Amino acid sequence: MLILNTLPVAATVKAIVQENEQVKTFVLDISVGAQPGQFVMVWIPRMDEKPFSVAMDNGKELHLAIADVGPFSHAMHQLKVGDQVGVRGPFGTEFTCEKGQHLAFLGGGYGAAPLYFFAYKAVAMGCTVEFVVGARRKDLLLYTEKAKQLKGVNVHVATNDGSEGFEGFNTVLLEKVVTEATDIDCIYTCGPEIMQLKAAELAVRENVEAQISVERYMKCGFGVCGNCCVDGSGVPSCVEGPVMPLKKVLELRDFGKYHRDKVGHKKYF
Amino acid sequence: MADLSVEFCGVRFENPIVLASGVLGVTADSMAQVVRNGAGGVTSKSLWPYEHFGHPNPTIVTSEHYMLNAVGIPDAGPEKAREELARFREVCKAPFIANIVGGKMEDYVAIAKEVALMQPDIVEINISCPNVEDELGKPMACSIAKSSEVTKLVKAALKEAGAGHVPVTVKLSPNVENIVSIATSVLEAGADGITAINTVGPGMAINIDFAQPILANRVGGLSGPAIKPLAVKYVYDIYRAHKCPIIGTGGVCTGADAIEMMMAGATLVGVGSAVWLRGQDVFGQIVKEMNDWCDAHGVEKLSSLIGKAHAHS
Repeated sequence: MLILNTLPVAATVKAIVQENEQVKTFVLDISVGAQPGQFVMVWIPRMDEKPFSVAMDNGKELHLAIADVGPFSHAMHQLKVGDQVGVRGPFGTEFTCEKGQHLAFLGGGYGAAPLYFFAYKAVAMGCTVEFVVGARRKDLLLYTEKAKQLKGVNVHVATNDGSEGFEGFNTVLLEKVVTEATDIDCIYTCGPEIMQLKAAELAVRENVEAQISVERYMKCGFGVCGNCCVDGSGVPSCVEGPVMPLKKVLELRDFGKYHRDKVGHKKYF
Repeated sequence: MADLSVEFCGVRFENPIVLASGVLGVTADSMAQVVRNGAGGVTSKSLWPYEHFGHPNPTIVTSEHYMLNAVGIPDAGPEKAREELARFREVCKAPFIANIVGGKMEDYVAIAKEVALMQPDIVEINISCPNVEDELGKPMACSIAKSSEVTKLVKAALKEAGAGHVPVTVKLSPNVENIVSIATSVLEAGADGITAINTVGPGMAINIDFAQPILANRVGGLSGPAIKPLAVKYVYDIYRAHKCPIIGTGGVCTGADAIEMMMAGATLVGVGSAVWLRGQDVFGQIVKEMNDWCDAHGVEKLSSLIGKAHAHS
C-alpha cells in the first residue's frame, strides 16, 4: 500500500502565538514528519489551499509562521484555537548538514522561521550556527529570541533602521560573519530572493557551499501541475526544491530575476 | 535496440511517448526537461486566446489508482505562449504539439490564428475538458455538430494564417454516448488525427474529516491507472473504424501500458498522470521498458505494433 501524503488530513489549532504585527505562529496538533526546509499545503475548505514552510515539526506538533499578506493568510489569521484546517505533506527537499559543522544562516522576513527549525536540528547534530536575521525594524524580527535560546546558535541581528543590532542589510552582516569566521562549511538562506541572490554571490566569492530555498507559485505540491517549474533546468521546485544546492541554483535562468504568477506570467523582482 | 521512432501525420518522433496536455507544460524549460527525461515530444497545456484563471486549490487529488483534477485550464494568453514556444525551439529539437482551447467557437478561431504564427508541429484541439462545465457548459466534444464545426473553423483559421500544412488532432471526451461517431464527425470535418481520451467523469473525492469535497471545484476529471482500460477500448474502437493517426492517452504508466495502447491503434502515446506515480523521469523509464520488451520479443520496429491487436478481430 502506497503511503499517501497527498490527501489533506484534519488538524486542530492548539495555540496561536502573535509573533509580531504581521506574523502569527499556528500550533497544530499533528506531526507530518516534516524536515526543515520542507513545506505543507494548508487547506481551508471552500476557500483555498496554500503552501507554507514548516517552522517546527517535533513529532507531536506542527508549527507554521504565517504573515497576514493575502486573502488566504488573512483567513488563517481569523482562526481561533480549536478550529480545524486540512494539512497535506510534507513536500519538497530539506536543508541538510553534517555533524559538527560550522554553518551560517541568512533569514529575511518570514524566512527566519524555517531556518529556526533547521537550527534546532543542526545544533542537536553538534553544529555551530551563525544565525543572521534581518528586518526593517526591531519589532518585525521573527524567531530571534527563540533562536537565541538554542545552545550552539549565535544570533546576529540586522535592522534597516538600526533599532537593533547592525544597521543595514543582513546580507552585509552575513558577509562580515562569513569572512571573519573563515571556517563556514555552508550558507543556508530562506527569504526574499534578491537577498538570497546576494548570499549566493557571497558563497561563490568565498568558495563556500550554499543551500537556498527557492520559492515559486506552487499548486499541487507533487510535480504534476507544472506551475512552480524553474527556468533553466525546468524542474518543478515543489519536488526538486524548494531547497536547492548552490550549483543547481546558479544554473537557473530565473533565480534573482523573476518568478511566475498562477497562470505563468513572469513577475520580475 | 529497437527502432522506436514513429511518424504521426508526417511528423517524426524519436519515440512515441509524448507529454499529455495539462501536466507540467507551463513553460518551455519545463517541457524541454520532459524531453531530456526521455519523451519523444511534448504537448503544451491548453492555450487560450486570452488570459484565463484556473480554479483555486485544491486542484489535484491523487491516489494509487487514479488522479482527479480540476486545475481549470489556467493560461497566461498568447504573448506568453509565443515567448515560451520560441524558447522551446531554441533549447529542444523534439516536436511540439500546441493544445488549444476556448470558451466559444470564436475563441478557437482566435487562438488557432495565434498558434499558426508560432509554427507548432501539430495542433491539438481541446474540446473535452470536464472540469470547466460551470463556466463553459457541456464540452463541445459531447456534440457531433459542435465537434465538427470547431474542427472546420480551426482548420480554416490555420490555413488562412498560412499554417494549413500543420496537422490537426482533436482531443475527444470519453464521456459521450458514442465516441466513434464523434471521431467520425471531426475526421470528416478535416481533422488529421484523433487524441483519445481526455479525462473521465467528472468525479468527486470527499474528505470525511471535513465532510467536504476536496477539490475547490468539487468535481474533476478522472485520469491515471483506473481509466486505462477505457482509454484502450476507445482507441481500439476509433482505430477499428478509421485506421487514422491516434494519440492514445489515459492511464499509461509503464512500457507495457504504452505498447498495449499502440496495439489498440495509437501511433503516439500521451503520458500525464504517471508523473505523479513514477516521478519526473517516467518518460525515460517507459521508453526503456518499451525498448526492453521489443528486444525480448524480437520486435525491430516499434511502429510495427500499431493496431496489432486488430489482427485478431
